[in-house]
Amino acid sequence: MIIDMESRKNNIKEGLDNIVTINACKLCTPLGACIAFKGIQGCMTILHGSQGCATYIRRYLISHYREPIDIASSSFDENAAIFGGGANLVKSISNVRRQYNPEVLAIATSCLSETIGDDIEMIVKGIESEEKIPIIPVSTASYRGTHREGFYAALLASVKSLAEKKDESSHINIISGMLSPEDIRYLKAIAGEFSDFVLLPDYSETLDSGSWGEYEKIAEGGTAIEDIRSMGSAAGTIELGGSCGLVSTAGKYLEEKFEVPLKNISLPVGLRGSDLLINSLSKLSGKEIPESIKKERLRLLDAYADAHKYLFGVKAIVYGEEDLAVALSSFLSELGISIVLCASGSNTGSFKEEVEKSIIDFDESVTHIAEGVDFEKIDEIAAELEAEIVIGNSKGYKLASKFGIPLIRTGFPIHDRFGGQRIQHVGYKGAMMLLDNIVNAVLETQQKNSSVIYNYM
Amino acid sequence: MTNNKENINSAEVKKELLKQYPPKVARKRDKQIVLIKSKNEKTEEIQANVRTIPGIITQRGCCYAGCKGVVLGPTRDIVNLTHGPIGCGFYSWLTRRNQTMPDGPDDENYMTYCFSTDMQEEEIIFGGEKKLKKAIEEIHELLNPKAIGIFSTCPVGLIGDDVHAVAREMSEKTGINIFGFSCEGYKGVSQSSGHHIANNQLFKHIVGLDDTVKGSSKYRINLLGEYNIGGDAFELDRIFKALDIDLVSTFSGNSSYDQFANSHTADLNLVMCHRSINYLADMMKIKFGIPWFKINFIGAEATAKSLRKIGKYFGDADFRKKIEDFIKKEMEEVEKVRVEMEAKCRGRLAMIFVGGSRAHHYQELFKELGMETVGAGYEFAHRDDYEGRRVLPNIQADADSRNIEELTIEKDPGRYNPRITDEKMKMLESEGLTFSEYEGMMQEMTNGSWAIDDISQYETEKMIELYKPAVFCAGIKEKYIVQKMGIPMKQLHSYDYGGPYAGFNGAINFYREIDRMINTEIWKHIEAPWKKRPELHAKYVFAS
Repeated sequence: MIIDMESRKNNIKEGLDNIVTINACKLCTPLGACIAFKGIQGCMTILHGSQGCATYIRRYLISHYREPIDIASSSFDENAAIFGGGANLVKSISNVRRQYNPEVLAIATSCLSETIGDDIEMIVKGIESEEKIPIIPVSTASYRGTHREGFYAALLASVKSLAEKKDESSHINIISGMLSPEDIRYLKAIAGEFSDFVLLPDYSETLDSGSWGEYEKIAEGGTAIEDIRSMGSAAGTIELGGSCGLVSTAGKYLEEKFEVPLKNISLPVGLRGSDLLINSLSKLSGKEIPESIKKERLRLLDAYADAHKYLFGVKAIVYGEEDLAVALSSFLSELGISIVLCASGSNTGSFKEEVEKSIIDFDESVTHIAEGVDFEKIDEIAAELEAEIVIGNSKGYKLASKFGIPLIRTGFPIHDRFGGQRIQHVGYKGAMMLLDNIVNAVLETQQKNSSVIYNYM
Repeated sequence: MTNNKENINSAEVKKELLKQYPPKVARKRDKQIVLIKSKNEKTEEIQANVRTIPGIITQRGCCYAGCKGVVLGPTRDIVNLTHGPIGCGFYSWLTRRNQTMPDGPDDENYMTYCFSTDMQEEEIIFGGEKKLKKAIEEIHELLNPKAIGIFSTCPVGLIGDDVHAVAREMSEKTGINIFGFSCEGYKGVSQSSGHHIANNQLFKHIVGLDDTVKGSSKYRINLLGEYNIGGDAFELDRIFKALDIDLVSTFSGNSSYDQFANSHTADLNLVMCHRSINYLADMMKIKFGIPWFKINFIGAEATAKSLRKIGKYFGDADFRKKIEDFIKKEMEEVEKVRVEMEAKCRGRLAMIFVGGSRAHHYQELFKELGMETVGAGYEFAHRDDYEGRRVLPNIQADADSRNIEELTIEKDPGRYNPRITDEKMKMLESEGLTFSEYEGMMQEMTNGSWAIDDISQYETEKMIELYKPAVFCAGIKEKYIVQKMGIPMKQLHSYDYGGPYAGFNGAINFYREIDRMINTEIWKHIEAPWKKRPELHAKYVFAS
């Protein structure tokens, strides 16, 4: 059954609309932190709360990445919920150390431990010297922010706990956003063309590894602790995303604390986004852009020209984490696609401005921007927009199927298609792959809806 | 085909499983790992339903997951409203692959929707009742459903929101049947506490609301503890229809509110997943006089046996003959496939660590394939699910269990009806049809195999390393780690996107799928760790 929400909402009493969240367009804060911590070498994450949080987040991440993901829990009982979970946390740290022998521990809080006011920084300070490995505490109450805020908070906490100023180094820091393992692999390859670099968080292997020859308690890969330490001495930082409404980010912290110059750019999706990344890398490293990358760019431009006839004026709905929705809007507008709705479930207050900036020739009579919305609201706004394609994660399936239009899957979570962890969004190559998918989805729809048999389009 | 069980010294297995733990943890885990002895030796008792030690990575979920996700999740026309921050609602949004079939396209089905109050910091500080009430009002205006369930997440209990008072107030205001569940995640030790809470509230607020006796069949049953994963319920529906059995209500696969309300008019309760639903079976027995017995529709033989039990209960010869004829007909196709698949699977080992009943039920299917289950255990079951209900009087309630409400139930003065006489019940029992009883998983397991409660990730890896089973069954959290080790892994929560596996057609599906899984070429290309370093494993092996 698909409930016709638009017509029902017309009858609703004033002051009631959107109190209840129906089909959320966001996930919870600690989930984002868990993804980020998977990008640190030898790291185990403990969620400080009831064990359901760790279990739910594991099962959800695993359904997207299709990889083993271990997240421990301090397993609160009713006593801990009333009297504080410090003892449980200390016990969980000791047990995780014994079983997993991690190089570093990350501790993220949950709604439960935050509500009762457990001070994990204090608890961690009390035992860190005893445990003899670094422990990264991060506050991730789900009633504050979304998975995206949790992701960036975890990165900030990591550099806060580990980064230091040593001898100046010529390497570049790349602080990545909520991207796929395939994206991270690509970023590493590109960055390597220019300079020595440290990329945080590097979950390119830990969340998308090959078959294991030997059993690994903690999946191999990730940004080495030594490398994170060295981030305070880098020649500069390129930080991707995180510009929407975040007071502090890992990049900002490194700049303020260690005077590492920061270049914050949006997620490098599409031509302009990729140009900005490549140019920043070139500038920071003082190195020319290699021929191979220039060729990739030209190939993309050529594809833009080829695709134009199919895509110009096509109406699209795009949604997701703010950073991705902003970056995708930028890309789609380069293609001549008309973005009729750009939406996000989080509510930072600066989304509108960022989307307006990202879209070429922004026209507010064409593009609706909605933040802090659920899928029912998206559905309601979309009713009159006559969109032709939807771009976002698996949760938009219902919306797309209601309008009978294709959904091009991007971002997270993707649990109704195979290979979500291998979708590339960033760089010229990522843009090319998205472009192919979008054009083909448009063509397929035309073919399907045509009464004559087209096979030459 | 190699069968590693024969070569392993079981005393060493336990040592190996425990050696990495600190002494206190090892002592606790020791009691949860039990070697099955031969029929004339006494198998030790198992410790179960005790809290997972912090930092041990467990398969278990939380109270909320058991209540909202498992028991109430599969009902299509109750609006399930999660009261809390967004995560809990999101993660329980259609993730269990429960299927449902509304009577018509316009019939209510909220299962594909996820309703949440999406609490923000403001509500955590000042209380969330106001937002909850408004959310209910909005649902009322928007959807006007028959019922709304409010599910509490961790912060709710702590900030003092009274979901039951809100439910009462809003129920009066809107005329909708609204009820709350105090299923905060930290309650109890696993999903199990949530099942109990769900059972209680369903019984208090819905069961018994509609006395109309519907349908025309003489054989009116409820199916308890069946959740229609992968379409299991549809296969069982087919069987019941063929036998002219009226399924009044299922708790809760493919179910609706009206079925629950009417369920007390059935004449027999069949209990499938004992763990999650035995409370309702007991309460319906006491209040309405409906007898219950345990059945199992996983496995063709088990299905046949369960149908015969139903036949015996209702008694008449025609009905029993109809059942026999039906079984005979169904088994023809089943046997054809079974024989073919058994030839390719016989002698191999399986492990099943899942659920509160599935680890038991699925042993039947493996048996039919000639495979032995060398290790099995539950995620959230109690001792009675392992050792049988006869141990119930000996189970000491700990602090975690005492916190879950036990309803005091009395005979319904007007509607209590014992269905069958005491004499008839005694007679049936003497013929082997036992009521209100469950024998548990362990009695069906073979000498030298293991029952392990709440297995940890670490123990999972060790068990696989030691026994190298042909297939390992658990949930999605375990799936990929097992497959990295070169062992096929079958999900028995979500069925790996397959199913149904219940009934006769389900058995056929399962045989074929296990054959495909364990005999595919892929595993030959994946080099398992022990293939690379055999010296690591040799030490557990007797000299041959």
